[in-house]
Amino acid sequence: MQTKRRRFTLALGGLLLGAGTIGLRAAAQPKEQVIKILARRFTYSPNQLTLKKGIPVVLELTTADVLMGFNAPDFQARADIIPGQVAIVRLVPDKVGTFTFLCDVFCGSGHESMSGTITVVA
Amino acid sequence: MRHPIDRREFLRLAGLGGVVFASSLGTAGCAGTMSTAKDGGYDDFYFVQLSDSHWGFEGPPNPDAKGTLKKAVAAVNSLSEPPDFIVFTGDLTHTTDDPKVRRQRLAQFKEIVGELKVKDVRFMPGENDASLDRGEAYQEFFGKTYYTFDHKGVHFIAVDNVSDPRALIGDEQLQWLAADLKQQPQDANIVVLTHRPLFDLYPQWDWATRDGAKAIDLLMPHSNVTVFYGHIHQEHHKMTGHIAHHAAKGLMFPLPVAGSQPQRTPLPWDPAQPYRGLGFRDIEAEAKKAEFKLTELPVQKA
Repeated sequence: MQTKRRRFTLALGGLLLGAGTIGLRAAAQPKEQVIKILARRFTYSPNQLTLKKGIPVVLELTTADVLMGFNAPDFQARADIIPGQVAIVRLVPDKVGTFTFLCDVFCGSGHESMSGTITVVA
Repeated sequence: MRHPIDRREFLRLAGLGGVVFASSLGTAGCAGTMSTAKDGGYDDFYFVQLSDSHWGFEGPPNPDAKGTLKKAVAAVNSLSEPPDFIVFTGDLTHTTDDPKVRRQRLAQFKEIVGELKVKDVRFMPGENDASLDRGEAYQEFFGKTYYTFDHKGVHFIAVDNVSDPRALIGDEQLQWLAADLKQQPQDANIVVLTHRPLFDLYPQWDWATRDGAKAIDLLMPHSNVTVFYGHIHQEHHKMTGHIAHHAAKGLMFPLPVAGSQPQRTPLPWDPAQPYRGLGFRDIEAEAKKAEFKLTELPVQKA
């Protein structure tokens, strides 16, 4: 009988502990980091982003002149940046390293050099 | 019937020969689809691919920017045996914001290649020609940006993946492609000519076509498909399933191997080896074997 009660107590404790862990996880959910990026022929400003692994990022992209693209192939994150609109790109940096992002909408002589880097740190 | 081995031997002896790359088109059974039997055999032929002449470019990567295309035209004209036809797979001219200059460059390019002895020349645009005005100026000089033609049993399809600056073929053209392919037997000999790679060669350098996978999906049911393209200014060979993709060298400046340096800047001109990395290729369609043999040729004799 005593053994049964102990087992029950342990199980209940485990449930409570589990619930507590879930609660803690919810509370520790990292907030999205918002970064504004301005594109203009043939640069991004800023063009070097440092992100923390696991912290979700929202990129708010605008263009100062023509239709542009933003593409970070390593994170499968891309958007057209239409003049007069804010393009939103969400990504979760899930790996450490330095990765390229680039304009993938041909915008003229200099298009080939329109790129930047995303550095993800642990 | 021609004897391509003999011709290649001649090129080698003449100091013009380059690497020969055989691109198998699949099963020997497809030879049965060829409709050009001659003297009890099949009629082989060859064509020449030139690409990325970037007429109008100026800069240290090519001190002979105004002479290289002309030298390539002379080199093609001096081939021992004239090709059946010639294709230019895009970036005929270097981009400019000025519509007037764009047209001047297209006109000058057209005049220069008008010196080619072979008059059957097929063009297609690159992003430098067409992306800033959705192909408007290009079409004034060279007509449609996507089309088909047939030659000695091979069905050629020119695909435009540049007039939309987002590197999209687009739904309308994909529907056109699907309708065209539907008319082809499953084992038809199909050659796709385009500018950008249809597969994701290196998207980090924009070496891709955003909806290229849709085109490949349409081509996949056909057993004998080969793609020739430009854009990356270097020789490159890749298989996606049974489909072979061959990138050609350019005629203005070579580009580095994908990912080999931080930026896709042109490789520097080497005065000790002028025109290194530039060139064109001849492509021998050996109908009987259902394969293509590629020979890379320099702009100038060594």
